[in-house]
Amino acid sequence: MDWSKVFNEVFIIGFLTASVRMAAPLLLASLGAIFTARVGIINLALEGIMLVGAFSGFYGAYLTGNPLVGALFGMAGGALTALILGFLAITVGANQTVAGTGINIFALGITSYLLSVAFGIGNRPSAVPSFKEIPIPVLADIPIIGPMLFNHIGLVYLAFLLVPVVWYILFRTPFGLTMRSVGEHPKAVDTLGGNVIRTRYICVIISGILAGLGGAVLSIGQLSVFMENITAGRGYIALAAVTFGKWNPLGVLGASMLFGAADGLQLRLQAVGLKIPYQFLLMLPYLLTMIALAGLVGKTTPPAAMGKPYSKQDAR
Amino acid sequence: MKEEINISRLNIKKRQKENKSVFGIFAPFIAVVLALLVGALIIAMAGASPLYAYQWLLYGAFGSLNSFSETLIKTTPLLISGLGLAIAFRSNMISIGAEGQIIMGGLFATLAGLYITGLPAVVMIPLLIIAGFIGGAIWGAIPGLLKAKLGVSEIINTIMLNYIALYFVNYLLDIPLREPPGYFPQSAQIVKEAWLPVILPGTRLHAGFLLGLLLVVAYYFLMFRLPLGYKIRAVGLNPHAARYGGINVERNMVIAMALSGGLAGIAGMSEIAGVQHRLLGAFSSGYGFDAIAVALLGKLHPLGVLASALFFGALRVGANSMQRAAQVPASVVYVIQGLVVIFVLTDTFLQKHMVSWRKSRPAKKTSGEEA
Repeated sequence: MDWSKVFNEVFIIGFLTASVRMAAPLLLASLGAIFTARVGIINLALEGIMLVGAFSGFYGAYLTGNPLVGALFGMAGGALTALILGFLAITVGANQTVAGTGINIFALGITSYLLSVAFGIGNRPSAVPSFKEIPIPVLADIPIIGPMLFNHIGLVYLAFLLVPVVWYILFRTPFGLTMRSVGEHPKAVDTLGGNVIRTRYICVIISGILAGLGGAVLSIGQLSVFMENITAGRGYIALAAVTFGKWNPLGVLGASMLFGAADGLQLRLQAVGLKIPYQFLLMLPYLLTMIALAGLVGKTTPPAAMGKPYSKQDAR
Repeated sequence: MKEEINISRLNIKKRQKENKSVFGIFAPFIAVVLALLVGALIIAMAGASPLYAYQWLLYGAFGSLNSFSETLIKTTPLLISGLGLAIAFRSNMISIGAEGQIIMGGLFATLAGLYITGLPAVVMIPLLIIAGFIGGAIWGAIPGLLKAKLGVSEIINTIMLNYIALYFVNYLLDIPLREPPGYFPQSAQIVKEAWLPVILPGTRLHAGFLLGLLLVVAYYFLMFRLPLGYKIRAVGLNPHAARYGGINVERNMVIAMALSGGLAGIAGMSEIAGVQHRLLGAFSSGYGFDAIAVALLGKLHPLGVLASALFFGALRVGANSMQRAAQVPASVVYVIQGLVVIFVLTDTFLQKHMVSWRKSRPAKKTSGEEA
């Protein structure tokens, strides 16, 4: 084993850059999932929402030739898919985990189906216009940190800039306060004249927009194609990142970076052809999540109304 | 007070009383019909004939002895792991982990089939079943224990364990278990004595299907005739009442999860010993995720699970001939599967509410009706 291949500048910069890039879609999706979790909704549909976002983003970019329009398509597709979850979880009062599972199966089917219908069965679509890296002047020239942080596509910057924005909304605005109250004690919000149902719907849609955008980062930000099941479980990882990050944007940032780093590291190790079982690196984030949830990073307490549908009539 | 939610012109009213008995039985059936109708719409929108497509779907799944036996082959792992999930769901544990448990069951069965040699089939096959059960049960008990002892959500942990199992097996097939000379990520063949015998000559249908039917009966006796099943169901219905009644809630949660995983493990064993005869990286191909829908559509009842496993197995097999003959992408069956789950979820809602198209809404409100 040739360790000099690992401990050199090219490898380390490549690894760090990849980590940031791989973290971005997770970060977008898990920031979205903060909105649902904080109002008490288990967003297991995140995987399906990302997948639809990835497809509609790709298809939008294919139709218009403009990745920016593609990103808007991705957000719209994500929001629509999230609305199914909203209807089932909020209006119907169904089991949210099962609803999420159903939506994920549906999303896998409908995206593969539409791909076949649009391009023919078994045909791989050609690459579509995708986002180009935007190096930030001056900053991008800093050694190591420059390429790592300041030479990415716009959506990657956006994902990281959204962290303080979501934090501000959550902890410093009246809407954030309503959100958190709905997640802890919906009956109290209702009694005080707040609208539990509307707040939950708004948050579900926001989560759909963000997760859909996260999916679009995968298709038109990183690969410029759409493949069946392109998300490959990233929605579930994003959901774990939210729990790992204790439903806080800063914690979620850390968790997404950790998952991104594990992904980036295995990519780089495979690229240099080291015979380390990279599967263990891939496994690491999942193991860490389990260990973290078991109490290593302190107790994690979800919002009290998590998973419980709310109805005025039988509210406790 | 009447609760009314208006979505444009859709008028939804609280029912006077719940007509649970009739509607409850037909709800899964209605969900399937609705899903097939929406599926037909989606096929039609792509410019194909839904009727022609569904004909081929049906023909591909049941049209010949061979296709029917292929349907039963696909039904088997869905049935066994679906029964397993039904145990977990009955105890109110939400498991997304059947996929990982199938993989671990398949791995343990493979190890037994590779390294235990010189024994006759009557010993080998039960040994593999036990090995598969143990592999799955370990993978189910971990999230069960973490939930019981530390209160960690079993949902996230079962999902995480799916990936850990997948990468672990991929690693094993990458290096230690790879069959020499090692061109493909697959293990060597398990010993012939451990193969599940073919039960329908001329087809691939193996004894795993009979095992599945036996487990349907076993599930019924366990859940509805034995004290353990009663305890598991009591924990699921109301943990506080169960605790008050002297039932060790935590212990039964762990037992339910271990049993649930164990059955999924047997599903993995049946796939290895009946179909693949060796360990492959992606041998489960999503059975564990479909099994969630199977358990749910079957209303956690053994016969219901059998029927829905057959339905999902038929969809899987029929989809390919539909794609070949009618040029309708096979993935439409996943759309139908997802819709079935979504529509089943609305049944409790429909039980409680009357849905009708609003023509002109009468303004007067009758106050005498209590829901």
